Amino acid sequence: MHELPVIQKVLDICLKHATANAAQKIISIELKVGGLSDLEPKWMQRYFDFLSKDTIAQGCKLKINKTPVMFKCQSCAKTFQVDMNKTETIACPGCQSEDISLESGNGYHIGNMEVL
Amino acid sequence: MKEDVRLIEVKEDILADNEKLANQIRSEFNQAKTLLLNLMSSPGAGKTTLILKTIEMLKQDLKIGVIEADIDSMVDSHKVAAAGRPAVQLRTGGFCHVDATMVKSGLEHMDWQNQDIVFIENVGNLVCPAEFDTGANKKVMILSVPEGDDKPLKYPLMFSICDVLIVSKLDYLPYSDFDIEAMQQRVKKLNPNIHIFELSCKTGKGVDAWINWLKNESGDANSNI
Repeated sequence: MHELPVIQKVLDICLKHATANAAQKIISIELKVGGLSDLEPKWMQRYFDFLSKDTIAQGCKLKINKTPVMFKCQSCAKTFQVDMNKTETIACPGCQSEDISLESGNGYHIGNMEVL
Repeated sequence: MKEDVRLIEVKEDILADNEKLANQIRSEFNQAKTLLLNLMSSPGAGKTTLILKTIEMLKQDLKIGVIEADIDSMVDSHKVAAAGRPAVQLRTGGFCHVDATMVKSGLEHMDWQNQDIVFIENVGNLVCPAEFDTGANKKVMILSVPEGDDKPLKYPLMFSICDVLIVSKLDYLPYSDFDIEAMQQRVKKLNPNIHIFELSCKTGKGVDAWINWLKNESGDANSNI
């Protein structure tokens, strides 16, 4: 539902970097998407295609990677990865504590982009 | 002639601007000793009803202001104003969530430094508001009994980021197959530290526990240096 503002932001940031680097065309963008995000790569590309029409990013391919969901144990400070679809309960694999907090797994990060 | 493809390092977080502003709002609220709460739920779960009930029960103790966000109406802010409390209506104009910039612009129209608690009543939606930091000190969500006990399975991000879950419309329970225990297990799996309150604003059952939590949190905000 909020694909539009998120993708608009991706486009704005990339156009800014492209201009700063005197690029003529953006070919691809690496995008890391937190594992808790429910945005679908297919739809992100469609929104991107719509928003990037008539810009130097038209036709650009989004290379989307989902990043793992990581928690941190408050008892022993261990960080660990969780597959939200498979896990029954989330507890620290080191000390079994359930006093844990979300470390990463939401948000969007732009890595590199290929330009001409 | 073959054109050369170059690689540019971007390395930017898309929500970085929003997070920066959200952190700034949070620190201003900490300094003013005001508690900013982001209240989220699906449409019709009872956000406005809970706020009105909270205002009524705390009217002797705490000053409460409300930022109302709706896609396009003034209905909710009128209700809060009728209850005698300051309300600002944000029309998000099609946006499905509130972000820190919108909160900032709403706060400009409210004497928020002189409130004990300010509620942000987010747009009714269990998806998008979960992704955008509003600057609130605490995130509170409502799940109403008629919505069903399977919602933590469908909207895991929302349930995993909130500090408090309020199960509302408890008076519907006898007419429903809502399984409170199953719901609690699903939520605790996502978020073991979440506080869960079960209540009915209609009958008043369970509301005291929520009010006490608010009083404690507001007291903690006050004791911050």
